[in-house]
Amino acid sequence: MDIETRELKHVNVVTVSGRVDSSTAPEMEKSLQSLLDSGRNHLILDLAATDYMSSAGLRVLVAMHKATKKNGGRMCLAQPSARVNEVLDLAGLTPVFEVYPDLVEAVGSF
Amino acid sequence: MGQLEQLIVPGRFDRLTEIAVFVTQAARAAGLNDDEVFHVEMAVDEACSNIIEHAYAVQSGDINLACTCSTTGQLEIVIRDSGQPFDPVEVPPPNTDAPADLDQLSEGGLGLYFMRKLMDDVRFEFVPGQGNTLTMIKRAKIE
Repeated sequence: MDIETRELKHVNVVTVSGRVDSSTAPEMEKSLQSLLDSGRNHLILDLAATDYMSSAGLRVLVAMHKATKKNGGRMCLAQPSARVNEVLDLAGLTPVFEVYPDLVEAVGSF
Repeated sequence: MGQLEQLIVPGRFDRLTEIAVFVTQAARAAGLNDDEVFHVEMAVDEACSNIIEHAYAVQSGDINLACTCSTTGQLEIVIRDSGQPFDPVEVPPPNTDAPADLDQLSEGGLGLYFMRKLMDDVRFEFVPGQGNTLTMIKRAKIE
Protein backbone atom coordinates (compact mmCIF):
# COMPACT_ATOMS: atom_id res chain seq x y z
CA MET A 1 0.00 0.00 0.00
CA ASP A 2 1.16 3.52 -0.79
CA ILE A 3 -0.13 6.75 0.69
CA GLU A 4 0.42 10.16 -0.90
CA THR A 5 -0.82 13.36 0.62
CA ARG A 6 -1.35 16.65 -1.19
CA GLU A 7 -2.19 19.83 0.61
CA LEU A 8 -4.59 22.08 -1.29
CA LYS A 9 -5.97 25.41 -0.22
CA HIS A 10 -8.98 24.13 1.69
CA VAL A 11 -8.45 20.40 1.91
CA ASN A 12 -5.88 17.61 2.04
CA VAL A 13 -6.14 14.90 -0.59
CA VAL A 14 -4.92 11.50 0.59
CA THR A 15 -4.40 9.02 -2.25
CA VAL A 16 -4.42 5.39 -1.13
CA SER A 17 -3.03 2.82 -3.58
CA GLY A 18 -2.91 -0.95 -3.32
CA ARG A 19 -4.18 -3.19 -0.55
CA VAL A 20 -5.65 -1.98 2.72
CA ASP A 21 -5.77 -4.98 5.05
CA SER A 22 -4.92 -5.70 8.70
CA SER A 23 -1.25 -5.30 7.86
CA THR A 24 -1.49 -1.92 6.16
CA ALA A 25 -4.59 -0.33 7.73
CA PRO A 26 -2.59 0.97 10.73
CA GLU A 27 -0.31 2.89 8.37
CA MET A 28 -3.32 4.49 6.69
CA GLU A 29 -4.71 5.39 10.10
CA LYS A 30 -1.39 6.90 11.15
CA SER A 31 -1.25 9.10 8.04
CA LEU A 32 -4.78 10.37 8.51
CA GLN A 33 -4.39 10.90 12.24
CA SER A 34 -1.20 12.87 11.62
CA LEU A 35 -3.16 15.28 9.45
CA LEU A 36 -5.83 15.69 12.11
CA ASP A 37 -3.18 16.25 14.77
CA SER A 38 -1.74 19.08 12.69
CA GLY A 39 -5.14 20.72 12.45
CA ARG A 40 -5.98 19.59 8.91
CA ASN A 41 -9.57 18.48 9.42
CA HIS A 42 -10.83 18.57 5.84
CA LEU A 43 -9.86 15.37 4.08
CA ILE A 44 -10.53 13.69 0.76
CA LEU A 45 -9.60 10.03 0.45
CA ASP A 46 -8.88 9.27 -3.20
CA LEU A 47 -9.61 5.55 -3.49
CA ALA A 48 -9.39 5.09 -7.26
CA ALA A 49 -6.26 2.97 -6.95
CA THR A 50 -7.32 1.09 -3.82
CA ASP A 51 -7.84 -2.37 -5.18
CA TYR A 52 -8.62 -4.05 -1.89
CA MET A 53 -10.04 -2.94 1.45
CA SER A 54 -10.85 -5.27 4.32
CA SER A 55 -12.90 -4.67 7.46
CA ALA A 56 -9.73 -3.35 9.09
CA GLY A 57 -9.63 -0.57 6.52
CA LEU A 58 -13.32 0.15 6.93
CA ARG A 59 -12.87 0.60 10.67
CA VAL A 60 -10.19 3.20 10.00
CA LEU A 61 -12.46 5.03 7.56
CA VAL A 62 -15.28 5.14 10.08
CA ALA A 63 -12.99 6.23 12.90
CA MET A 64 -11.45 9.03 10.84
CA HIS A 65 -14.86 10.12 9.55
CA LYS A 66 -16.02 10.54 13.13
CA ALA A 67 -12.80 12.21 14.22
CA THR A 68 -12.91 14.87 11.48
CA LYS A 69 -16.53 15.59 12.30
CA LYS A 70 -15.73 15.93 15.99
CA ASN A 71 -13.01 18.43 15.10
CA GLY A 72 -15.49 20.50 13.10
CA GLY A 73 -14.15 19.22 9.80
CA ARG A 74 -15.25 16.84 7.08
CA MET A 75 -13.98 13.73 5.33
CA CYS A 76 -15.24 12.40 2.03
CA LEU A 77 -14.34 9.60 -0.35
CA ALA A 78 -13.48 10.26 -3.97
CA GLN A 79 -13.73 7.90 -6.94
CA PRO A 80 -13.68 4.65 -4.95
CA SER A 81 -12.77 1.62 -7.02
CA ALA A 82 -15.50 -0.87 -7.84
CA ARG A 83 -14.17 -3.27 -5.22
CA VAL A 84 -14.13 -0.62 -2.50
CA ASN A 85 -17.69 0.33 -3.44
CA GLU A 86 -18.69 -3.30 -3.17
CA VAL A 87 -17.18 -3.63 0.30
CA LEU A 88 -18.74 -0.38 1.54
CA ASP A 89 -22.11 -1.58 0.29
CA LEU A 90 -21.72 -5.01 1.87
CA ALA A 91 -20.94 -3.39 5.23
CA GLY A 92 -23.91 -1.05 4.96
CA LEU A 93 -21.57 1.95 5.02
CA THR A 94 -22.48 3.56 1.71
CA PRO A 95 -25.02 5.96 3.29
CA VAL A 96 -22.51 7.01 5.94
CA PHE A 97 -19.92 8.64 3.71
CA GLU A 98 -20.03 11.46 1.19
CA VAL A 99 -18.80 9.81 -1.98
CA TYR A 100 -17.82 11.72 -5.11
CA PRO A 101 -17.37 10.08 -8.50
CA ASP A 102 -14.27 12.10 -9.27
CA LEU A 103 -11.63 14.12 -7.51
CA VAL A 104 -12.49 17.46 -9.09
CA GLU A 105 -16.02 17.32 -7.74
CA ALA A 106 -14.75 16.26 -4.32
CA VAL A 107 -12.29 19.15 -4.13
CA GLY A 108 -14.96 21.55 -5.34
CA SER A 109 -17.19 20.62 -2.43
CA PHE A 110 -14.79 22.14 0.10
CA MET B 1 -12.50 -33.97 -5.54
CA GLY B 2 -9.68 -32.54 -7.60
CA GLN B 3 -6.44 -30.82 -7.05
CA LEU B 4 -5.20 -30.02 -3.55
CA GLU B 5 -2.86 -27.14 -2.83
CA GLN B 6 -1.46 -26.33 0.58
CA LEU B 7 0.22 -23.34 2.17
CA ILE B 8 1.58 -23.06 5.70
CA VAL B 9 2.67 -19.62 6.89
CA PRO B 10 3.41 -17.99 10.23
CA GLY B 11 0.32 -16.28 11.59
CA ARG B 12 1.47 -12.70 10.98
CA PHE B 13 -0.22 -9.82 9.20
CA ASP B 14 2.70 -9.44 6.80
CA ARG B 15 1.80 -12.84 5.33
CA LEU B 16 -1.72 -11.79 4.28
CA THR B 17 -0.65 -10.81 0.76
CA GLU B 18 1.00 -14.19 0.23
CA ILE B 19 -2.18 -15.87 1.47
CA ALA B 20 -4.26 -13.74 -0.94
CA VAL B 21 -2.10 -14.74 -3.91
CA PHE B 22 -2.41 -18.41 -2.94
CA VAL B 23 -6.19 -18.49 -2.61
CA THR B 24 -6.88 -16.33 -5.68
CA GLN B 25 -4.80 -18.73 -7.77
CA ALA B 26 -6.78 -21.66 -6.36
CA ALA B 27 -10.07 -19.84 -6.96
CA ARG B 28 -9.19 -19.20 -10.62
CA ALA B 29 -8.12 -22.83 -11.02
CA ALA B 30 -11.54 -23.85 -9.70
CA GLY B 31 -13.14 -21.88 -12.53
CA LEU B 32 -14.60 -19.08 -10.40
CA ASN B 33 -15.23 -15.74 -12.13
CA ASP B 34 -13.54 -12.45 -11.14
CA ASP B 35 -16.22 -11.48 -8.64
CA GLU B 36 -16.18 -14.91 -7.03
CA VAL B 37 -12.38 -14.87 -6.85
CA PHE B 38 -12.56 -11.51 -5.06
CA HIS B 39 -15.12 -12.88 -2.62
CA VAL B 40 -12.83 -15.77 -1.81
CA GLU B 41 -9.88 -13.41 -1.34
CA MET B 42 -11.90 -11.24 1.06
CA ALA B 43 -13.32 -14.11 3.09
CA VAL B 44 -9.94 -15.76 3.54
CA ASP B 45 -8.26 -12.45 4.40
CA GLU B 46 -10.88 -11.76 7.07
CA ALA B 47 -10.60 -15.30 8.43
CA CYS B 48 -6.81 -15.18 8.67
CA SER B 49 -6.88 -11.70 10.21
CA ASN B 50 -9.23 -13.01 12.88
CA ILE B 51 -6.94 -15.97 13.54
CA ILE B 52 -3.93 -13.69 13.97
CA GLU B 53 -5.80 -11.21 16.18
CA HIS B 54 -7.71 -13.65 18.32
CA ALA B 55 -6.59 -17.28 18.11
CA TYR B 56 -2.96 -16.18 18.26
CA ALA B 57 -3.51 -13.18 20.54
CA VAL B 58 -1.45 -14.72 23.34
CA GLN B 59 0.85 -17.14 21.59
CA SER B 60 1.64 -17.10 17.88
CA GLY B 61 1.54 -20.05 15.54
CA ASP B 62 1.15 -21.10 11.94
CA ILE B 63 -1.84 -20.84 9.65
CA ASN B 64 -2.38 -23.92 7.50
CA LEU B 65 -4.46 -23.42 4.36
CA ALA B 66 -5.57 -26.23 2.08
CA CYS B 67 -7.51 -25.54 -1.14
CA THR B 68 -9.29 -28.23 -3.07
CA CYS B 69 -10.80 -27.54 -6.48
CA SER B 70 -13.42 -29.77 -7.98
CA THR B 71 -14.07 -30.18 -11.67
CA THR B 72 -17.61 -28.91 -11.10
CA GLY B 73 -16.52 -25.36 -10.22
CA GLN B 74 -16.29 -25.68 -6.46
CA LEU B 75 -13.48 -24.45 -4.23
CA GLU B 76 -13.13 -25.77 -0.69
CA ILE B 77 -10.73 -23.96 1.64
CA VAL B 78 -9.76 -25.43 4.98
CA ILE B 79 -7.90 -23.12 7.35
CA ARG B 80 -6.35 -24.57 10.48
CA ASP B 81 -4.69 -22.88 13.42
CA SER B 82 -3.41 -24.14 16.75
CA GLY B 83 -4.53 -21.14 18.75
CA GLN B 84 -7.20 -20.34 21.29
CA PRO B 85 -10.66 -21.72 20.59
CA PHE B 86 -12.98 -19.57 18.51
CA ASP B 87 -16.73 -19.79 18.95
CA PRO B 88 -18.59 -17.82 16.25
CA VAL B 89 -21.72 -17.81 18.40
CA GLU B 90 -19.99 -15.41 20.77
CA VAL B 91 -19.36 -12.80 18.05
CA PRO B 92 -22.21 -10.31 17.66
CA PRO B 93 -23.08 -9.51 14.06
CA PRO B 94 -22.82 -5.90 12.89
CA ASN B 95 -25.99 -3.93 12.31
CA THR B 96 -25.63 -3.16 8.62
CA ASP B 97 -29.04 -1.52 8.43
CA ALA B 98 -28.20 1.29 10.80
CA PRO B 99 -25.85 4.23 10.23
CA ALA B 100 -22.43 2.97 11.23
CA ASP B 101 -21.19 3.63 14.69
CA LEU B 102 -17.67 2.61 15.54
CA ASP B 103 -19.10 0.37 18.25
CA GLN B 104 -21.14 -1.46 15.62
CA LEU B 105 -18.01 -2.49 13.77
CA SER B 106 -17.01 -4.91 16.47
CA GLU B 107 -13.57 -6.30 16.03
CA GLY B 108 -13.95 -9.57 14.19
CA GLY B 109 -17.71 -9.15 13.85
CA LEU B 110 -17.61 -7.48 10.47
CA GLY B 111 -15.02 -9.95 9.21
CA LEU B 112 -17.17 -12.91 10.21
CA TYR B 113 -20.18 -11.25 8.61
CA PHE B 114 -18.26 -10.85 5.33
CA MET B 115 -17.20 -14.49 5.39
CA ARG B 116 -20.78 -15.67 5.75
CA LYS B 117 -22.11 -13.29 3.10
CA LEU B 118 -19.40 -13.98 0.54
CA MET B 119 -18.97 -17.74 0.84
CA ASP B 120 -21.58 -20.42 0.20
CA ASP B 121 -20.72 -22.44 3.27
CA VAL B 122 -18.77 -21.57 6.44
CA ARG B 123 -18.15 -24.10 9.20
CA PHE B 124 -16.12 -23.81 12.40
CA GLU B 125 -14.77 -26.65 14.47
CA PHE B 126 -12.54 -26.70 17.51
CA VAL B 127 -10.75 -29.79 18.75
CA PRO B 128 -8.93 -29.51 22.13
CA GLY B 129 -5.25 -30.15 21.63
CA GLN B 130 -5.48 -29.50 17.89
CA GLY B 131 -7.00 -26.05 17.45
CA ASN B 132 -9.53 -24.46 15.15
CA THR B 133 -10.58 -25.70 11.73
CA LEU B 134 -12.50 -23.37 9.46
CA THR B 135 -13.96 -24.81 6.27
CA MET B 136 -15.34 -22.49 3.58
CA ILE B 137 -16.83 -23.40 0.23
CA LYS B 138 -17.45 -21.23 -2.82
CA ARG B 139 -19.32 -22.56 -5.81
CA ALA B 140 -19.19 -21.06 -9.27
CA LYS B 141 -22.58 -19.65 -10.28
CA ILE B 142 -24.00 -21.32 -13.33
CA GLU B 143 -24.76 -18.70 -16.00
